[in-house]
Amino acid sequence: MENRLKKSAANRHWRWFANHLASVLAVGATVVVIAPLVAIFIDLVYKGASSLDLNFFTKIPAPVGETGGGMANSIVGSAVLLGLASLLGIPVGIAAGIYLAEYGRGAKLSNVVRFTADVLNGVPSIVMGIAIYALLVAPMKGFSAFAGGVVLGIMMVPTVARTTEEMLLMVPHAVREAALGLGVPAWRSTLSITLRTALPGVITGCMLAFARVAGETAPLLFTAFGNQFWSMRLDQPISALPLQIYVYALSPYDEWHRLAWAGSLVLIALIVISVALVRYVTTRGTLKGAG
Amino acid sequence: MGVGIEVNSLNAWYGANHTLQDITLHIPANEATALIGPSGCGKSTFVRCLNRMHETNPIAKVTGEVKVGGQDIYAETSAVEVRRRIGMVFQRPNPFPTMSIYDNVASGLRLNGFRNRRVLDDVVHKSLESAALWDEVKDDLKKKSGASLSGGQQQRLCIARALAVDPEVLLMDEPASALDPVSTAKIEDLIFQLKSQYTIVIVTHNMQQAARVAERTGFFLNGKLVEFDSTHKIFTNPGDKRTEDYITGRFG
Repeated sequence: MENRLKKSAANRHWRWFANHLASVLAVGATVVVIAPLVAIFIDLVYKGASSLDLNFFTKIPAPVGETGGGMANSIVGSAVLLGLASLLGIPVGIAAGIYLAEYGRGAKLSNVVRFTADVLNGVPSIVMGIAIYALLVAPMKGFSAFAGGVVLGIMMVPTVARTTEEMLLMVPHAVREAALGLGVPAWRSTLSITLRTALPGVITGCMLAFARVAGETAPLLFTAFGNQFWSMRLDQPISALPLQIYVYALSPYDEWHRLAWAGSLVLIALIVISVALVRYVTTRGTLKGAG
Repeated sequence: MGVGIEVNSLNAWYGANHTLQDITLHIPANEATALIGPSGCGKSTFVRCLNRMHETNPIAKVTGEVKVGGQDIYAETSAVEVRRRIGMVFQRPNPFPTMSIYDNVASGLRLNGFRNRRVLDDVVHKSLESAALWDEVKDDLKKKSGASLSGGQQQRLCIARALAVDPEVLLMDEPASALDPVSTAKIEDLIFQLKSQYTIVIVTHNMQQAARVAERTGFFLNGKLVEFDSTHKIFTNPGDKRTEDYITGRFG
């Protein structure tokens, strides 16, 4: 008996140690995850904040040799491209996710769709740009905002589809049964009950896809092309923040380098703000004890 | 008002598994009918055939005839129409987790396109009262999620949700098996009150529960209906040896 008690005391020390070791490792891993983002952000603020002024948000790029100018057209261009991409990519992605989770269970086509989505997710973005160049830009005989929106939209689809599928599969079968048992048609139950129950996760997937394509440069080089002037037309080349940053960062001028830093800071800030805003708006109505 | 159910030569399969074999049974209107039997005997499959819920499983197949209030539910109407007339309460409470208490009760009407706010308010109030839940939730109707209630309250919420679409029949598949004794007693009281307005079919593992709430009881074994009679007769003087063995606890 006494022996056993001694043993348990030793055990207790070991458990204390193991518990704290696990906590330290978990906190350490969290720091490793967050540190690069924080480091990048601090660096951007350090190098870019000084070039941020009202002109940056209201003026278009200055011609070579002149000082001043801003990235107003790029900010608006990015908004147009991302809006178009979301308009195309999110509905298609969610619909594909619904098919995978609700209708195509066990069907051959769903395996094909799932495999294609995973492969598409791994295709280098520059290849996506070239593909859309061949499919849209060449036949339309010109770079366009439309082609840029399409390429970004296609890049959003796999992420949105796969997260939608995963989130729908997490909704308990009992919830679907409850709806069907009330005499609700299957399509209605899927949209109003299953998808609604899974919505927070689905929105996270959409935001992930959005944030990912918001910083894409390579596919836009072949599609949206960039524009030094104001343009909101979908059939004309359009500027985008990553493109303008790319052009400025490769230039030989210090002033443009500083603007590129400022542009990067604005790009990250805008992504964070839009993701946070969507989260706030979509979780505002959450009830006590829901989920 | 409730309606009677006539089941003639009902057979059901899940894949190659013949889960219901030639069931013929007449369930009278405005009574509670209990279905008892060991696990896997087919009683849950049987109630799911009464509102075509088994069709949600793609490998399920059914032959035979089920008439609800005289209408053949397999030949003369659609599964969606059938389920509007025949409410169902499941084994585990399954409120819609993202909806408020109010929205849960109103869901059956709303999802079928009904929008009149005054009528909805009225239906929600009446349904929650019928389910003996109104007094406990009336202050939090739109504030709290259905999932925030206790298990027993959730099950009564599910009953209210089923009642809100004004069904003629209420199917209950072991409605109290996940609940504590106090909540179970409340559900049983409720069944007692509800059968004046609805025909109730209740699947239960608890034989005392069958004896307490039901006028008639059917005993299922291995996919067959062994015996169907008044509850009193089944529990005091069963006609079949297998029924007697089961209710006296000799197997199952």
